[in-house]
Amino acid sequence: MNIHEYQGKEILRDYGVAVPNGKVAYTRQEAVDAAKSLGTDVTVVKAQIHAGGRGNAGGVKIAKNLDDVRTYAEEILGKTLVTHQTGPEGKEVKRLLIEEGCDIKDEYYVGLVVDRDTSRIVMMGSEEGGTEIEEVAAKTPEKIFKEVIDPVTGLMPYQARRLAFNMNIPKELVGKTVKFMLGLYKAFEEKDCSIAEINPLVTTGDGNVMALDAKMNFDSNALYRQKNVLELRDLDEEDEKEIEASKYDLSYISLDGNIGCMVNGAGLAMATMDIIKHYEGDPANFLDVGGGATAEKVTEAFKIILSDKSVKGIYVNIFGGIMKCDIIAEGIVEATKQMGLELPLVVRLEGTNVELGKKILDESGLNITSADSMADGAEKIVSAVRKAG
Amino acid sequence: MSILLNKDTKVIVQGITGATGLFHTKQAVEYGTKVVGGVTPGKGGTEIEGIPVFNTVEEAIKQTGANASVVYVPPPFAADAIMEAADAGIELVITITEGIPVIDMIKVRRFLEDKETRLIGPNCPGVITPDECKIGIMPGYIHKKGHVGVVSRSGTLTYEAVHQLSTEGIGQSTAVGIGGDPVNGTNFIDVLRLFNEDPDTYAVIMIGEIGGTAEEEAAEWIKENMTKPVVGFIGGKTAPPGKRMGHAGAIISGGKGTADEKIKSLNSAGVQVADTPAVMGETLISVLKEKGIYEKCVTHAVN
Repeated sequence: MNIHEYQGKEILRDYGVAVPNGKVAYTRQEAVDAAKSLGTDVTVVKAQIHAGGRGNAGGVKIAKNLDDVRTYAEEILGKTLVTHQTGPEGKEVKRLLIEEGCDIKDEYYVGLVVDRDTSRIVMMGSEEGGTEIEEVAAKTPEKIFKEVIDPVTGLMPYQARRLAFNMNIPKELVGKTVKFMLGLYKAFEEKDCSIAEINPLVTTGDGNVMALDAKMNFDSNALYRQKNVLELRDLDEEDEKEIEASKYDLSYISLDGNIGCMVNGAGLAMATMDIIKHYEGDPANFLDVGGGATAEKVTEAFKIILSDKSVKGIYVNIFGGIMKCDIIAEGIVEATKQMGLELPLVVRLEGTNVELGKKILDESGLNITSADSMADGAEKIVSAVRKAG
Repeated sequence: MSILLNKDTKVIVQGITGATGLFHTKQAVEYGTKVVGGVTPGKGGTEIEGIPVFNTVEEAIKQTGANASVVYVPPPFAADAIMEAADAGIELVITITEGIPVIDMIKVRRFLEDKETRLIGPNCPGVITPDECKIGIMPGYIHKKGHVGVVSRSGTLTYEAVHQLSTEGIGQSTAVGIGGDPVNGTNFIDVLRLFNEDPDTYAVIMIGEIGGTAEEEAAEWIKENMTKPVVGFIGGKTAPPGKRMGHAGAIISGGKGTADEKIKSLNSAGVQVADTPAVMGETLISVLKEKGIYEKCVTHAVN
């Protein structure tokens, strides 16, 4: 789960990580009031969306007075920002962060990730702040330094010191940088983050070390014990259908094509997508009903797919393990009774209770094309959608 | 022979009295697995389906001589359950539970460092040695005893591969699901090494997916060490970057973890990679024929 920059900064502040003073604003008036209460000469007006690259898209402006703040707030609120992370449709800005300007001396990068190779949390640092770390990794990998953190001790001060010196932080600011890093790690661990990225971390003219931006991403498996984090969820930033599916414990992923897919298991989902593309079709989404779904859940799953206007055909590809084929069949029949079915539907069932499942579909009188294998089904749905289109 | 499990494996079930634990315990017993006990704290001294229940793993091992455990405990308590089993000195812990926080798994891995215990999973279908022992949630009937090892990050794709083999008369030595989480107990290399050393395994199917670099590392290992043919498949060739594709670990981030990269590494290690998930079995069979071991791998007649 992602949160906004201003929310990330609030969390960091609680952990003793220095961040500029700032306030969130939902309207132009709130933006002006926030700037007034900050009382600084220069204020920064920053669009709050769950995507990077806001600066280049015109989502970050420096205001020299309150009139500027008003003008920029007016301009950015309601604007759709298109960045390299939003996709071509962009993201509408509904919140602003009004922040005090600071006298930046140098920009650095600090990030924490779960490293799969070592099965540890790793802190990365670089003096190449402000650019994307992937780019630094590609061009000047020698400028990225890593500290692998033992979960028993947590990040140790000597590691933070070593990292700070390697990043060429001026020696009089190393102490402050170490405090910054230790706070950041503590926040990461206690809040169950999966990514925490400070880009840039800045040193200022008055000798401070601050997080100028904050990207925090949380482990969705741990949200059950992070109630405060869960409250920061912004549903406007998420796909409506993904939210609907999550209500029924279904996993839904929306894509760009026109074939709706219902599968069981993440691996089969990816494989189904691959094989549809192999036959030159394009999946609109996939809905993973998982292992423990009831007929009711399958019905809801099917309804979610049917309600997607871009869907021109549906492919159900199930290999029943714990998931029984008759449950899937019952769910499909019930959903189409409630919603009607005008689109081509191809069903491939295999595994537990497959005969029973096929019988239910046969006797339903629905216009269903059955498939013998994964490939057969993919071929059939692609050609059916092409014919209909 | 086989790897990890055989007809003598004695299993205890952690979380045996929960709905999922109980359902799959019954299925395992029906399959012929020796389930010798269960653990549910507070229910020690009772019996369920004729299986004795204990309060602690330590007690269960002492009373039953179990050497493997399966964890069906819900995510908030699963890391603790794995550590309890390891502390009691069990050889093998298979964790089916999906949704364990990654920070908990980092602690588990640290805890296991000086222990003899092997962890499989979490978020995996389990392990099966056909006709001998089934631990996990896979449908038992699709498996046939034989000589092809299967190792996979995905549950349903394991079934798909096994099904394609069984319908062509090719049995399996052992099928291992290593799970779809970013931090897990056993990786491809661990399982490949076991298959390489198992005299009854003649070839291996390895099913990977986008995210991480486990497949690339496996490819390196295969190039240096593997003496048996390996065939691969990588799921998520068409997945868009930055989207988490269902499994916690299946994400292309920062340009890393793409299917193309993995396929390239595997190919350069001499591993043929199936073009689509529909031809995993077919690809293996063609390699078996090429190597002249097809006849040896045919284990049963097909209709």
